[in-house]
Amino acid sequence: MVQARLRQTASRVITITSGKGGVGKTTVTANLSAALARLGKRVVCIDADIGLRNLDLILGVEDRIVNHIVDVVEGRCQLAQALIRHRAYPELYILPAAQNRDKTAVSPAQMIRIADELRLQFDFILIDSPAGIERGFKNAVAPADEVLIVTNPEVSAVRDADRIIGMIELLEKRPPSRLIINRVKAEMVKRGEMLSAEDVTDILSIELIGVVPEDETVLIAGNRGMPELNSRSGHAFMEIARRLLGENVPHTYHNASQGFFKRLTRLFTGSGTRQGSVFDE
Amino acid sequence: MSSFWERLLGRRNQVGSSSVAKQRLQLVLVSDRSELSPEIIQRMKDEIIAVISKYVPIAHDKVEINLEQRQRDNWLVADIPLLRNTQRNAPVQSSAESSTPEDA
Ligand SMILES: Nc1ncnc2c1ncn2[C@@H]1O[C@H](COP(=O)(O)OP(=O)(O)OP(=O)(O)O)[C@@H](O)[C@H]1O
Ligand SMILES: [Mg+2]
Repeated sequence: MVQARLRQTASRVITITSGKGGVGKTTVTANLSAALARLGKRVVCIDADIGLRNLDLILGVEDRIVNHIVDVVEGRCQLAQALIRHRAYPELYILPAAQNRDKTAVSPAQMIRIADELRLQFDFILIDSPAGIERGFKNAVAPADEVLIVTNPEVSAVRDADRIIGMIELLEKRPPSRLIINRVKAEMVKRGEMLSAEDVTDILSIELIGVVPEDETVLIAGNRGMPELNSRSGHAFMEIARRLLGENVPHTYHNASQGFFKRLTRLFTGSGTRQGSVFDE
Repeated sequence: MSSFWERLLGRRNQVGSSSVAKQRLQLVLVSDRSELSPEIIQRMKDEIIAVISKYVPIAHDKVEINLEQRQRDNWLVADIPLLRNTQRNAPVQSSAESSTPEDA
């Protein structure tokens, strides 16, 4: 059971969405939830992808689901009876989606009610949005104080992200959106064959909160059902969590000018005269 | 020697597919955000030029009308240089302006 407690600051409802499917919303929700919990915050994540639930699997709680969000909405159980506590992160809870229902089983107003009830117990309420711009997306963004837009450095994902940002700007509440660029391959960016973080931020004109590298650990962690924060992608998620908490964490991803100066110093320290060597990392 | 500068400046300054991607995205987002197709945008530009040149002679070859993104807002930005008196009277200017009321 979740105990009521006094909190110093207001809780924050953050929706993770993208437009295009498969860009990493569930991955971001799971890892960011774990990262915030590791930083001592009380976190609950809601799987709003009704009919295609996955967050439970990625967080490794799929075998402990008793009730789900539709049971709560339809009054078959109390909200607290549907929350599952994570084994490795005692500050992290999961509210699973229903697997055998569709998105219309929950309304935006009901999502707001659930989020408001969770505000009493938690510092952070993270909502994993389904792909698309339909009902499931509308449910997921209805209670949001803030939105994190996940995209990949790839033309169709960026275009869909732009569409979603435009739709969020039209919401009555107008929650601020920030950008997470996922699956960046630094080596391809260097070759000029992948949009860089600056390119994508420039095109979408919204604030960047983090860049997550392509990392096979994500898949391995998914296999195990346990987020891995001590990895390259895990460090990126820890940084995003700290930025969410208001810390000024400088971005450390590869960028053109940084690379330029690195190359420059390498050239003049004599190690860069070999053909192609200035590109080696 | 050229490879020295290439290496110094990095290959990103050459044309990789990412710069093509960026350009194409910037163009398609102008249409997406304004909900105007490239065709409609072109027609609108032509009509704007036609209307203005009904009143004042303009330097058609230097006209620039573009939909631009400033932060996340759309701006219709037009640079439409007007012809000076001396240029107006020069006979070479007549090419594109069939409807200019020069007789006024
Ligand atoms: N940084 C990363 N590095 C490598 N693989 C990743 C990364 N992020 C996500 N993936 C992989 O991409 C796939 C899709 O990720 P995920 O399920 O998080 O996307 P999603 O946006 O939630 O998808 P959907 O729209 O279907 O809900 C998964 O197989 C995941 O392992
Ligand atoms: Mg998902």
